[in-house]
Amino acid sequence: MTQTDQIFRVLSWIIGLFCIAFLMLPIFITLAASFTSSSVYTLPPPEWSLRWYASLGRRNGLWDAVVLSLNLAFISTVISLVLGTLASIAVTRGNFRGREAIATFTVSPLMMPGLVVGVALLQFFREIGLRDAYWSLLLGHIVITLPFVMRTLLASMSAFDFSLIDAARTLGLSYPKAIFKVLVPNLAPAYLTSGLFAFLASMDNYPISIFLTDARNKTLPIKMLQYLEEQPDPSLAAMSSGLILLAVIVLAFGARTVGLNRMIQG
Amino acid sequence: MSSRVDRIGLLAVPGLAFLALVYALPLLMLLAKSIQTPDGLSFAEYSAFFADDYNMRVLMRTLRVAGLTTLLALLIAYPTAFAMNRAKGPWLTVFLVAMVLPMSLGVVVKAFAWSILFRANGFLNTMLQWIGLTEKPVRMLFTETALVVGAANVFLPFMVLPIYAVIRQMDSRLPEAAASLGAGPFFRFFNVTLPLSLPGVVAGSAFTFSMAISMYVIPSLIVGERQQTMSMLIARSFLYLRNEPLGATISAVLLAIAVFVVIFSSWLARRLGARQ
Repeated sequence: MTQTDQIFRVLSWIIGLFCIAFLMLPIFITLAASFTSSSVYTLPPPEWSLRWYASLGRRNGLWDAVVLSLNLAFISTVISLVLGTLASIAVTRGNFRGREAIATFTVSPLMMPGLVVGVALLQFFREIGLRDAYWSLLLGHIVITLPFVMRTLLASMSAFDFSLIDAARTLGLSYPKAIFKVLVPNLAPAYLTSGLFAFLASMDNYPISIFLTDARNKTLPIKMLQYLEEQPDPSLAAMSSGLILLAVIVLAFGARTVGLNRMIQG
Repeated sequence: MSSRVDRIGLLAVPGLAFLALVYALPLLMLLAKSIQTPDGLSFAEYSAFFADDYNMRVLMRTLRVAGLTTLLALLIAYPTAFAMNRAKGPWLTVFLVAMVLPMSLGVVVKAFAWSILFRANGFLNTMLQWIGLTEKPVRMLFTETALVVGAANVFLPFMVLPIYAVIRQMDSRLPEAAASLGAGPFFRFFNVTLPLSLPGVVAGSAFTFSMAISMYVIPSLIVGERQQTMSMLIARSFLYLRNEPLGATISAVLLAIAVFVVIFSSWLARRLGARQ
């Protein structure tokens, strides 16, 4: 342990602490701004008040957007978990060429420009005559959630001992039953983590959704950006604080059941 | 038994068919649209795009902002990953929460928070004036620096976590062994620690860069219409100008960059893996 080592160590801690503060800053700013009594963003707030939380109830269409976003996130995540489980088993257990390519392809939407995927979907749905905004959004959101599920399930299944499935089958379970009763419970942390992140990614998506909405079906991020353009008062900070609360609840649940350390491995 | 193995491959069909139909095919159709004109196939849209000074400036700005964002995130993330690797107990929890909580929070929420922070009468300017660094408020909102800072903030966890994952699995005895053989701290860092951590750096940088070239919400809230990025140009050509061939062309360019980043980074990762 030389002096240079010491300097490196202290430096990495200083930057690490700065990093924590930097990452948490937007969260604290949003929370502080939401409890202001003023109608503009002044920090620190002149006086604390809950008036912007109360004003949320008067926002037109906010509740519809929340319900639509929750609905899309939940259904698309469930569908992705089913499709992702099947495809991950095929890739980990199958014995055919191109498994690596399938893995890359199914995870690739994560790294593609969201807006480009959104535009492509808009034109594709128009081409095939799908006009219903809800169905377009749902299909689009499966494209958003599936790669999150694939990424985590592929990693955890490659470490799973599949002889357990064979054992369950010798004991008389059918293959689908063995998967459902042995594989899924064993990989519960992976399912929970990938499900949570897929759900949150769907809740948050803007670039794909913006091309697929219509006047009646607007998801929460789209509605929030619209409010920002029309009437940017601190009620947006109150809305954001609601979403922060949702994230905290989801994480507290994840941390208790899976542990934070396992969640980041996904 | 072999039929079992072959049939297992069929399980991939529903997911693959879905992505082929609702992801790959639409992207291919978009590419086709960009070279389709009433009089047959042509790359005229591309030559028009690259000949236009304004478009080139937007392309360059997008690449520059993405590059700087990746660099800033890497500079903060690399030492942080080491600190995180040494952190124990409650400190490790603090680090993990600081990574996972912002990651689970929407981009709209975070970009909005930064737009409050950067306002002329916002928190940062109040702080600067209070410390005495400046007398008048500094213009921050609508500048490229603000965009890079905000974007680096949003993508930072995606840079820290891959590096942390690699460092955590690194055999800590290797640098010690090098030290016992008389290697100095700098020699050890550049010849042992850095090469071993590169796969994490490549993974994190590739992910950050590909998200940064295509970000849309962050620039629209922090720099607004004044300084367009590629994604904003796409949105504008489709949603406002209704110029679909132009939008398809810009999309194809952006897509090409994203695909290049994916292929290049996985090639780099394989090479690094092979070397070890």
